[in-house]
Amino acid sequence: MTNPTPATAMRKVVILGATSGIALEVERQLARQGCELLLVARSPQRLSELEGDLAVRGAQQIFTYAADLAYVQQHAAVFDFARRTLPDFDTVLLAYGAMHDQKDSETSVDVLLEELQVNFVSATAILTLFAADLERRRTGCLAAITSVAGDRGRRSNYVYGSAKGALSLFLQGLRSRLYPAGVRVITIKPGPVQTRMTDHLPNAARFADPEQVSRDIVRALERRSPDVLYTPKVWRYVMMAVQQIPETIFKRLSF
Amino acid sequence: MPGQSAATLRKQPAASPPITRVLSWGRYPKTAHHYVHKPAWNDQVPEILKTAAPGSLLPYGLGRSYGDSCLNAGRELIDCGRLNRILGFDESTGMLRCESGVSLSDIIDVFLSKGWFLPVTPGTRFVTVGGAIANDVHGKNHHCAGTFGAHVRQVALHRSNDGLVICNSETNSDMLRATIGGLGLTGVIAWADIQLKRVAGPWIDAESIPFHSLNTFLDLSRESNDRFEYTVAWLDCFAGKNPRGIFFRGNHAADRGKEFHPGRGFTLPFALPAWMLNRYSVRAFNTAYYRIHAGKKGAALVPYDSFFYPLDSIRQWNLLYGRHGFLQYQCVIPETNAEAFEELFDRIARSGMGSFLGVLKQFGSAPPAGLLSFPRPGLTIALDFAMRGERTLKLMQSLDEVVRQSSGALYPAKDARMSPSLFEASIPRWRSFVPYIDPKMSSSFWRRVTEAG
Repeated sequence: MTNPTPATAMRKVVILGATSGIALEVERQLARQGCELLLVARSPQRLSELEGDLAVRGAQQIFTYAADLAYVQQHAAVFDFARRTLPDFDTVLLAYGAMHDQKDSETSVDVLLEELQVNFVSATAILTLFAADLERRRTGCLAAITSVAGDRGRRSNYVYGSAKGALSLFLQGLRSRLYPAGVRVITIKPGPVQTRMTDHLPNAARFADPEQVSRDIVRALERRSPDVLYTPKVWRYVMMAVQQIPETIFKRLSF
Repeated sequence: MPGQSAATLRKQPAASPPITRVLSWGRYPKTAHHYVHKPAWNDQVPEILKTAAPGSLLPYGLGRSYGDSCLNAGRELIDCGRLNRILGFDESTGMLRCESGVSLSDIIDVFLSKGWFLPVTPGTRFVTVGGAIANDVHGKNHHCAGTFGAHVRQVALHRSNDGLVICNSETNSDMLRATIGGLGLTGVIAWADIQLKRVAGPWIDAESIPFHSLNTFLDLSRESNDRFEYTVAWLDCFAGKNPRGIFFRGNHAADRGKEFHPGRGFTLPFALPAWMLNRYSVRAFNTAYYRIHAGKKGAALVPYDSFFYPLDSIRQWNLLYGRHGFLQYQCVIPETNAEAFEELFDRIARSGMGSFLGVLKQFGSAPPAGLLSFPRPGLTIALDFAMRGERTLKLMQSLDEVVRQSSGALYPAKDARMSPSLFEASIPRWRSFVPYIDPKMSSSFWRRVTEAG
């Protein structure tokens, strides 16, 4: 099968959190286009299963590195590995995250800090390493999956939401910083998606299909716009409306 | 997701998880399940098996079994849909290793362009490899290729009591035979090795020939089976004792460089009102179908998808049968008792509950690949009946009598209502299968036909 060449060159992609539900679908689509992939995730076993699959599906070359990205101490080694094996990577996608039961992070500071560490602190640390490299080479694209939950603090999910919201703010600033260097920064805000992270939630069956969400992500990586991707698209308008609700009313809502 | 420590902090699933509604393709029976596990990696399966109560689990693929063989009412399912990775492929031999949740559709998408095709395919591409093995499915090439299970070289099976068990012709060959056609009851298939088949391209040299009696069908079938890899017939059973139909036969075509564009098809968005399907509308449909194909008779070069999967072009075609769903009746009857078909057609015609698209096929004589495999020498027919309550069940019971008297058998993958005694008659070897059942596995079907709790 011949693959259409993407609008902008997007051939060498680093994926941080390669075994997350959304990343798995993104990788399949990139593999079909014949991309070279560098995958980072915790489990070597899962990485090797994934590598076999993506190779058969058409990925040109696959490198894997097992590391727990929640721990900032491991980042230097990850970055080193990327510099050595795929020195001219042109796209970095940060796809990991963790969602705990909100109630647990209200009663346990450990859970709260862990959630902030995984979703915000560690993410900014690893992005900073990769950003500097792209900035120096004056090329490429940096994308990170945050969440619509970060657009407004809600009673039922504000810890996860604040971590993702803070990450969105970080990306906003980073985008502006990297703009003169010609490096794109994309903030990806999915609505609820059917993945392992959300299986335990009520109504999980009605959440978006990861394949659909990944199609939107891959398209955003290929094109010049947008800076902020809502997927499925309807969430842009939903969140626009949600953000308009005055705080005096919003604080009374229990969702 | 990072943070190994996260796992320890994560809350256990609540004591009483929500009741999840899962339906099979026939949308009958309506069942609720206590919980549906969705492992994304094989390393998560042992934990699910370990913590489950005896007889509480059943692997589930794409839910294309028609009745209750893929259901486990009031208990739990393991949805294998996310175990969908291709683990390896040998370009020189065509040997594929993949996880159990990989769909046949996915295999075609990846491998047809490389010149490989499924060794055996059922009438839909939306089944998983695990489901194709567990039901030992057959296709239009049964007379020369046998069942899907005949092309499975090896499986790795998660068993609750003895871990990951590798089964092939040398080691655990009896467990391999039990797993092929084993209705998912022997454990969760982690991965399987399947021998794909070389083809020149996506095209089929196909012929369609109208016929007007069962005997003409038999003559056509016998005459074609040596020369054609694929044979099947469609039948209008409204016509009573002398049914008319269209015989289809085909071979993979040599590559002629013709460009191929896969069809998109459309999705039926909701269940049609039940009254739309009645004896007049079905009769009109069948007549139109017959006329169109009789008019097109002769040879043609057709794309593989319209040859193998005509119904896949309408996603969710099962909704045609309305809210209450439908039952499929698939039996096999030895050729020496072929006159029993006249009795079947007669009873169906008298009931006025005709079926779209009866599908008729002469099975080959290959020995069964699995312990519980359904295909055996004889003629098999599959008929769909909208579920109209007692009336439909009565008709099927009356068809059961004919099948039983003519030493026939029913297909578990299509069944939602056969009696334990007919199951005994259909699959007399089932008792020798029992020792292979994983103690944590059970299904609605199995409890029903073996009268176990």
